[in-house]
Amino acid sequence: MTRRLVVIGNGMVGQRMLDELLPGWAVTVLGAEPCRAYDRVRLSAYVDGATAAELSLAAGNDAEFVLGTRVTGIDRDLRMVHTDDGAAYGYDALVLATGARPFVPPVPGADLPGCFEYRTLADLDALRAYAAGKRTGAVIGGGLLGLEAAQALRSLGLTAQIVEYAPHLMPAQLDPAGGALLRRLVEDLGITVHTEVSVTAIRREWDPSCRDSDVRGPLIMEGPGIEVDVVVFAAGVRPRDELARQAGLAVAARGGIHVDALGRTADPAVYAIGDCAAIDGRAYGLIAPGYALAKAVAAQLNGTTPKPATVDTATKLKLLGVDVASFGVTSGPLDVVYSDPAHAVYAKLVLSDDARTLLGGVLVGDASAYPSLRAALGGPPPGKLAELLTTPADIPGSAQVCSCHAVTKDTVAEAVAAGCSDLAGLKACTKAGTGCGSCVPLLKTFLSSSSKALCEHFTQSRQELFDLVRVRRITTFSALVAAHGTGGGCDVCKPAVASILASLGNGHILDGEQAALQDTNDHFLANLQKDGSYSVVPRIPGGEITPDKLITIGEVARDFGLYTKITGGQRIDLFGARVEQLPLIWRRLVDAGFESGHAYGKALRTVKSCVGSTWCRYGVQDSVGLAVELELRYRGLRSPHKIKSAVSGCARECAEARGKDFGVIATENGWNLYLGGNGGFQPRHADLFLTDLSTADLVRYIDRFLMYYIRTADRLQRTSAWLEALDGGLEHLRAVIVDDELGLCAELDAAMAGHVASYADEWRAVLDDPAKLSRFVSFVNAPREPDPSIAFTVERGQPVPAGGPR
Amino acid sequence: MSWTVICAKEDLLPGRGVAALAGPVQIAIFLTPSLSLYAVGNLDPASGACVLSRGILGTRAGTPVVASPMHKHAYDLATGRCLDDERLAVPVYPIRERDGLVEVGL
Ligand code: SRM
Ligand SMILES: Cc1cc2nc3c(=O)[nH]c(=O)nc-3n(C[C@H](O)[C@H](O)[C@H](O)COP(=O)(O)OP(=O)(O)OC[C@H]3O[C@@H](n4cnc5c(N)ncnc54)[C@H](O)[C@@H]3O)c2cc1C
Ligand code: SF4
Ligand code: FES
Repeated sequence: MTRRLVVIGNGMVGQRMLDELLPGWAVTVLGAEPCRAYDRVRLSAYVDGATAAELSLAAGNDAEFVLGTRVTGIDRDLRMVHTDDGAAYGYDALVLATGARPFVPPVPGADLPGCFEYRTLADLDALRAYAAGKRTGAVIGGGLLGLEAAQALRSLGLTAQIVEYAPHLMPAQLDPAGGALLRRLVEDLGITVHTEVSVTAIRREWDPSCRDSDVRGPLIMEGPGIEVDVVVFAAGVRPRDELARQAGLAVAARGGIHVDALGRTADPAVYAIGDCAAIDGRAYGLIAPGYALAKAVAAQLNGTTPKPATVDTATKLKLLGVDVASFGVTSGPLDVVYSDPAHAVYAKLVLSDDARTLLGGVLVGDASAYPSLRAALGGPPPGKLAELLTTPADIPGSAQVCSCHAVTKDTVAEAVAAGCSDLAGLKACTKAGTGCGSCVPLLKTFLSSSSKALCEHFTQSRQELFDLVRVRRITTFSALVAAHGTGGGCDVCKPAVASILASLGNGHILDGEQAALQDTNDHFLANLQKDGSYSVVPRIPGGEITPDKLITIGEVARDFGLYTKITGGQRIDLFGARVEQLPLIWRRLVDAGFESGHAYGKALRTVKSCVGSTWCRYGVQDSVGLAVELELRYRGLRSPHKIKSAVSGCARECAEARGKDFGVIATENGWNLYLGGNGGFQPRHADLFLTDLSTADLVRYIDRFLMYYIRTADRLQRTSAWLEALDGGLEHLRAVIVDDELGLCAELDAAMAGHVASYADEWRAVLDDPAKLSRFVSFVNAPREPDPSIAFTVERGQPVPAGGPR
Repeated sequence: MSWTVICAKEDLLPGRGVAALAGPVQIAIFLTPSLSLYAVGNLDPASGACVLSRGILGTRAGTPVVASPMHKHAYDLATGRCLDDERLAVPVYPIRERDGLVEVGL
């Protein structure tokens, strides 16, 4: 018969135990919270925008989950647990993983509306709802959790004060000098810190004018004597050991179910793990000892050899922009202190009296040395003391680099050697870095520097992301980052993903959520200049322009007071436009038959041309005609980097086509196609790819070349660098886009046909859409006001930014 | 400090910023994708241009930041500190929503 396992509590540690459990048990998980386990350690990220789905730790565990249900009693004789909905579950083995509850000091008024705990998603939902529109807040408790809560209050738009009973902040981790520096740094941020006071009561002045029960006046905190809208309790936690007490299991003097280093209680059928357990009499309230117990208990249930839990209480955090770390003991036989108040750095190492063994340390202001120092704990200091305090040092192979999961440097090195090339892989195969996350910077130093990760939010390369978006038909950044990335994105991944979405045709670049991903140039559809104004470069396909259009450009420049210059790309650039002028300028251009053009954006720029056979006595083909056709075909095509082209009418090459991403040179019989040219930082002449092509064939090969590049290149990799890096180079390219050896050509052709068919003038689309148009103002609260910081002087008869060249 | 109404919350696009004029001072106001509000100075001290409101919002190790559109310096929205150059910082202003209106404390 299958044995029955009941787990009470689906928190971080209970979940970890399930993840380690092998098949062979019929598992029932009873959890009081309404959702599956989530990353409580990162709870504060929820205030800053992480979603519940991002924090979720739910895995495909083979168990029955009964959530939103509290266990009310355990009958150890009958081996049954009872729940608050009247059900009962029998067990052969029982694991208590009930965690801890916030400690709320027994002061009158602690339960008033406006007082909050800081432990669950539900707590934060309630806090967020109440804090909307409020101004001030205070946190009771100046430890780790209190500082996090203070940060959360600020993120919610409140001011924050901290009230701490001990003489300095983070009393459990820091010594007085480190605590004093931390206080200074925290106060510099405008947070008031009250130490050595306790709150004796909380009350609310009864305000007879407030009838509506939703209108709450401020709370008065007696003790520190302050008045705030919101109070958060972050004064430590207490193990939830009440079920064990009722069931007659031993609990430690200061709370916590008595277990040994293998998580065993006195009852051989009952284990306790995580914050509810006290290992040899002590409860820690930290994730690392909890995980160690989870692994030990899972091993026993699996019938394998368990490893006793060891305890590491090291902590590192960056709160309110301040680095703080402590590990091991914070004072001892021999202290080495480094203190630099001018640069707000304090560090202390604690050594054995013979200075041979590192026993602990405290770092405030700069914690870059933390991972390597912590890894060296209990062994000899890994270098010269003066250097250790500020720079990461070499650490021995046997040292633990991730203490949450007890992973040594050797284990990490083996995983890297076995092919874990990025952080995600390393996390998956060693679990290192998946707990508190503080070892991640150190892990990164072990990974080969050639990591393809796009940025801290995506471990994938651009090419991998492109394939994910294409194959899974993902249409938004938030869906992509939720499923395949972490965090909130940044100025690297957001524009890169915006470009991928645009390459795959997802409507206007300012539609819906896409608007928030674009670089300022794409967001305002013009080029940002150094003074905050923009330039507009009307598209002039092939450099061919009628006198009337030339006159229009002149009139627009004159009427809007714009600086005017002929560009190196055969266009005319108009500089110095303010945000609110852009639509007015486009309107004039559109009415005259222009569209604005991309001098910004990773997209096609220009297709330059020489005058060609129409006028030139050497010309053998109509280079202008072809250049116009190509520019109109590929305009608006979003790509990993900008794309440039040119067409010359004969081998004299007046259009400099061999300096372009794709260049075309006329022959007696048709066109020669050159690929992978570049001017810029690293000039490269394009390689001859195919000769004497008909126009139809030429266009077909350029279509495929561009689509293959867009699919496979890195972010910001021009075609020249891409071709250089391509395995097999030009021959491979020929195999793929001419001989169709990968069977891709039909897809590439279809993708380009889709682009050509769906092209729309993106500037005109803004003019036609009042919602998009309304964003083109300098100031949201003064839409007609020009930006006073943009000012001009006159140079050589034209306006230029005041203040001169910087 | 007094609260000044800037605009309606629905004028803001999640994940993006706007600039507001408060007397001679320019303020960049942001609504994060999770709908939290932040207000910092609009002047990018690295370039001297009033452009921070046009930067991309994101997170660095969980900290909400805006990247200046000029040269991509990232500023911590909660503290105003520049994460790429410790000599730089921008002022931070209290901000709140009341009855659907966004207000900044000046
Ligand atoms: C306006 C112009 C200079 C001019 O007054 O002539 C220009 C201006 C800029 N160039 Fe350029 N480039 C201009 C022709 C060129 C050329 C010549 C050409 O296209 O024939 C080159 C070398 C050819 C090439 O790209 O291979 C060129 C190589 C660059 C590079 C280096 C690219 C590289 O691969 O190394 C950059 C930087 C980048 O893109 O990352 C750059 C970037 C820029 C930016 C976008 C810098 C910026 O981000 O503000 C400038 C924006 C201008 C604006 O606000 O309107 N510009 N730039 C030219 C516009 C041509 C056009 O009509 O589109
Ligand atoms: C904001 C914050 C930041 C933190 N940061 C860190 C950090 O940086 N480093 C670190 O090491 N630790 C940190 N911690 C502590 C860490 O989160 C805990 O150590 C960890 O969550 C413990 O896991 P657990 O599974 O034992 O308990 P919990 O995650 O608390 O889960 C226990 C679960 O059991 C449920 N439960 C309780 N009683 C019953 C019942 N009778 N019936 C059914 N279900 C029940 C609870 O509802 C809960 O869902 C932090 C905690 C918070 C709140
Ligand atoms: S490339 Fe040849 S056709 Fe074109 S302008 Fe120069 S000489 Fe004339
Ligand atoms: S030390 Fe916490 S995850 Fe590695």
